[in-house]
Amino acid sequence: MTKVTMTVNGKPVSGEVEGRTLLSQFLREGLGMTGTHIGCDTSQCGACVVHVNGQDVKSCTMFALECEGAEVRTIEGMANADGSLSTIQQAFQDHHGLQCGFCTPGMVMTAAALLEKNPKPSEAEIRDYLEGNICRCTGYHNIVKAIMAASGQDVGAIAAE
Amino acid sequence: MYAFDFERPTTLDEAVAALGTEEAQALGGGQTLIPTLKQRLAGPAKLVSLTGIAELRGVCIADDGAVCIGGATPHAVVAAEAAAHYPALAALAGNIGDPAVRNRGTIGGSLANNDPSACYPAAALGSGAMIRTNIRDIAADDYFQGMFTTALEEGEIITEVRFPVPQKAAYVKFEQPASRFALTGVFVAKYADGVRVAVTGASEEGVFRWSEAEAALSSDFSAGAIAGLAVDAENMIGDLHGSPEYRAHLVKVLTGRAVTAAG
Ligand SMILES: Cc1cc2nc3c(=O)[nH]c(=O)nc-3n(C[C@H](O)[C@H](O)[C@H](O)COP(=O)(O)OP(=O)(O)OC[C@H]3O[C@@H](n4cnc5c(N)ncnc54)[C@H](O)[C@@H]3O)c2cc1C
Ligand code: FES
Ligand code: FES
Repeated sequence: MTKVTMTVNGKPVSGEVEGRTLLSQFLREGLGMTGTHIGCDTSQCGACVVHVNGQDVKSCTMFALECEGAEVRTIEGMANADGSLSTIQQAFQDHHGLQCGFCTPGMVMTAAALLEKNPKPSEAEIRDYLEGNICRCTGYHNIVKAIMAASGQDVGAIAAE
Repeated sequence: MYAFDFERPTTLDEAVAALGTEEAQALGGGQTLIPTLKQRLAGPAKLVSLTGIAELRGVCIADDGAVCIGGATPHAVVAAEAAAHYPALAALAGNIGDPAVRNRGTIGGSLANNDPSACYPAAALGSGAMIRTNIRDIAADDYFQGMFTTALEEGEIITEVRFPVPQKAAYVKFEQPASRFALTGVFVAKYADGVRVAVTGASEEGVFRWSEAEAALSSDFSAGAIAGLAVDAENMIGDLHGSPEYRAHLVKVLTGRAVTAAG
């Protein structure tokens, strides 16, 4: 076992891990932060997306020891300081961007990464950026709407096809 | 996953030393290797991560104008930083997998793995790139030796890939929608001394150059120049996504599209 130290949602954390311990496993089992979901564990679905040093990554496909000294942000760190929902989270609620909610942590983290790089994405850019995030419930339209709304854009044009 | 030791050196020399031990393996972005480890298809005693080595990351321009990409540079960095110098290469990198895969996966990992459907092998072979390792330089024409097989020796690390910049180039990928890999992909590049055409995703032998098309396009760089050519379906991959004949057809169609896209 090796000691790993990183910052998760602004708080310094550490723990004993094996070489093979995945970041997702460290977050969920080591730190008890189960907001990061495991949908596939094969790097296909994006439910496990978190930010490492500002980059969106699939935490099921990265080792905890690769995050030594890194700043990690998870869905638990997305709400506002007073506990109210962040703009993106609120937009998912307002636009019905989730049904079962299993994909939602990854969707929110991916959306946040997109909006940091591209604050006013087009519908096509949003759909393209969500390529690695699978949702089995919504059919994506309302997720796209929520992200459009969170970026302060009109959602009227996104009609269900 | 079987258990293994994990090292994350910060210099190339330390990485070379760590890889010199019994059953040690390099870890790039892990986007291929971690799924492989999970399936227990690999069981190294030690993984040596290359992602903490600053000298292996980044894009720069050599004195002769070639675009040089550090062996552990993620696809997203190539997409952003090579765009002004070699747009077709940057576009290829920016279309691999999805954003999270591109933030981790590296050019060295892709070329070392040499998946028969991967994108970078087409760019490297199509550009006549030089693959530089900790011990030697390998020309792309000598580097790719069939599906998942390369000229790399045990423990050899890709430190840099040098791409001569063509006058015109384009990569067209017919995407396999579930995996996002190339069902077939064609990279066309026009240099002062001739045209190179590299095909991925199609052959049982892995990435290859379509020499008849290269000859035709070198004298007339237009989609019409290859109209009379036929691609043999023998040795093409046949699987549930497409028959050998289907892939052979795609090779020709995509080559024409790539020529048109290159302009
Ligand atoms: C969902 C998904 C979609 C994808 N879509 C595409 C796609 O469309 N097109 C495509 O081309 N690829 C695709 N990939 C593969 C992706 O590009 C991988 O990043 C790449 O193939 C491997 O690079 P890596 O850095 O992750 O290597 P790793 O997984 O870390 O390593 C792969 C192999 O290379 C060796 N290695 C790593 N770095 C070096 C080095 N510098 N020198 C020598 N050996 C090294 C390792 O030992 C290992 O054997 C996809 C992957 C996923 C998960
Ligand atoms: S759980 Fe990581 S991509 Fe599906
Ligand atoms: S809301 Fe159920 S998977 Fe997306």
